[in-house]
Amino acid sequence: MTSRPPSTASAPRERAARFQTISGREISRVYDAPSRADAPADPGVFPYTRGIHATGYRGKLWTMRQFAGFGTPEETNERYRHLLAAGGTGLSVAFDLPTLMGRDPSHPLSLGEVGKCGVSVVTLADMETLFAGIPLGDVTTSMTINSPAAMVFAMYLVVAEQQGVPWTALSGTIQNDILKEFIAQKEYIYPPRASMRLVTDTFAFCAREVPRWNSISVSGYHIREAGATAAQELAFTLRDGIEYVQYGVDAGLAVDDFAPRISFFFNAHSDFFEEIAKYRAARQVWATVMRDRFGAKSDRSWKLRFHAQTAGVSLTAQQPYNNVVRTALQALSAVLGGANSLHTNSLDEALALPTEDAATLALRTQQILAHETGVASVADPLGGSYFVEALTADLTREALDYIARIDAMGGMVAAIERGFPQREIAESAYRFQQAVERGEQVIVGVNDHIASDEPPVEILYIDDTATERQAERLESVKARRDQASVERALDGVRRAAAGTDNLMPPILDAVRAYATLGEMCDALREVWGEWEESVVI
Amino acid sequence: MSKIRVVIAKPGLDGHDRGAKVIARALRDAGMEVIYTGLRQTPEQIVAAALQEDADAIGLSILSGAHNHICPRVMELLREQGLDDVLVVVGGIIPDVDIPRLKEIGIKGVFLPGTPMQAIVDFIQGNVRTRQA
Repeated sequence: MTSRPPSTASAPRERAARFQTISGREISRVYDAPSRADAPADPGVFPYTRGIHATGYRGKLWTMRQFAGFGTPEETNERYRHLLAAGGTGLSVAFDLPTLMGRDPSHPLSLGEVGKCGVSVVTLADMETLFAGIPLGDVTTSMTINSPAAMVFAMYLVVAEQQGVPWTALSGTIQNDILKEFIAQKEYIYPPRASMRLVTDTFAFCAREVPRWNSISVSGYHIREAGATAAQELAFTLRDGIEYVQYGVDAGLAVDDFAPRISFFFNAHSDFFEEIAKYRAARQVWATVMRDRFGAKSDRSWKLRFHAQTAGVSLTAQQPYNNVVRTALQALSAVLGGANSLHTNSLDEALALPTEDAATLALRTQQILAHETGVASVADPLGGSYFVEALTADLTREALDYIARIDAMGGMVAAIERGFPQREIAESAYRFQQAVERGEQVIVGVNDHIASDEPPVEILYIDDTATERQAERLESVKARRDQASVERALDGVRRAAAGTDNLMPPILDAVRAYATLGEMCDALREVWGEWEESVVI
Repeated sequence: MSKIRVVIAKPGLDGHDRGAKVIARALRDAGMEVIYTGLRQTPEQIVAAALQEDADAIGLSILSGAHNHICPRVMELLREQGLDDVLVVVGGIIPDVDIPRLKEIGIKGVFLPGTPMQAIVDFIQGNVRTRQA
């Protein structure tokens, strides 16, 4: 792969002394043809740089999966029905912070948080309402839930039971990626090693009982949002994936039994070509790692499937309509990079959760990409672009370097315990902010092209009534449930946590007894304790 | 003159700490003494930190929408502790309609997404109580 030396004195004047990507990567003026030996294999062929399907999107378009959730289960159920009626092809549940942290609405730390950033789910009764009138055999559902993933997944499984849908017919994803919580998003409860046990228990359970379910979505999204560069997002995510596979193998699972159900989740950020190259690099590194490092035999283990979401962090509160343009371009990069499923952000998300109109426009953006631009008619349209191939090679090398460094630390859990990825990300975040501050990184409407008077946009204002309504619902559930079976089931959870039995069966029992999420998470807190990070700034 | 002492805190359950950490560093680079509390601090813990650290200012980072509950509680506890002269600012995702109410209870600065770090540095330097060295 060749790039030409920087401009010489005789070259025409350029706008800047150096051209960089948003991640700070220096870019040459022009790229030359790679040598024939570097030409990537065809789409659908190992190592899948050009895509996991020989037919690209000709066989099946990406899934248009819009993340949504707010207030009570009734309100969110209504939004889901709207999104499905508008042509959305999958559901994606956003939970509120108390749910993400395994706290009941009555806990002091839940103050003001119930139903704010997502939907509040406390017991099985809430999950029943959330999916009322939505046949779980006919939709695929992604649930963004991590520390309490096993409990929330168990609730979903019991709702399927009630609807008469066999678990083998269910398809969807639980995020279940605790490592990126320690690294970036910080919604962790238990210490890393105990948390990993919960994850491997869900791997084993899914492999046996819910074979079409993605038991994890290894996520770079939040790592990028926290400030990582493209290379760091790629590297830390893939290294997290390696950690999960290693823990699964160490727990006695056969790699080809669970690796095919590992999916990924990447950010679709603003630097167009670097993002496309990132997805291509991700596929080729993962395929090679799975085959050569873990000895996976099944091509389903080698193929990296990923969801992408446009970059929330790139959205601006200033001139919010500009965000429609940002999102469309980011979404285009994800599609050109072969995303298997996509969420497009709404224009108002730097201000609040999206209104229904804004969410619809975001979905329409994907539909226009799919049906009007022609980009879905050809696999890997940018394959062979000198620039994209060079970037793909660079990102691959950088990811492998980081992976080797983390291997040398003893793996990702060990690296997290010493604060390595956290520090790298904080450093990148600060560097980016300084570039913005100095005006080297232009953000239209924020530090350049500023408008003096902007008309306000209408936002979704979430009032505080969800707290009260959820508290009332919970009271009525508690009045109806059999307290003795709840206690018995929670004991079962504690016993399994202290021993080595798979935690999913006792968690399912607790869910069926209408134990609250807080009660189930507390049972594990009693056995495992809670994690507190050492602060890195 | 002694350094301005600032407690940067992340109340509530939210873990998105990019903004809190970036601003903590920017204040430190501007010559302030910064105490970052870490995540999931209750209003009680935040006020205790301000008291213990003899803080001149408190910066709260709230993105989750819980500001209407958390901010009044922090202000009430500060008054109870006799820390009325501590400058309190909030940064994060705050709907416009909520800003007047926050100002009313004594939050001096509300910084929305896209605010330059320097603007926050200047605001704190310009509004903090004067300290007798």
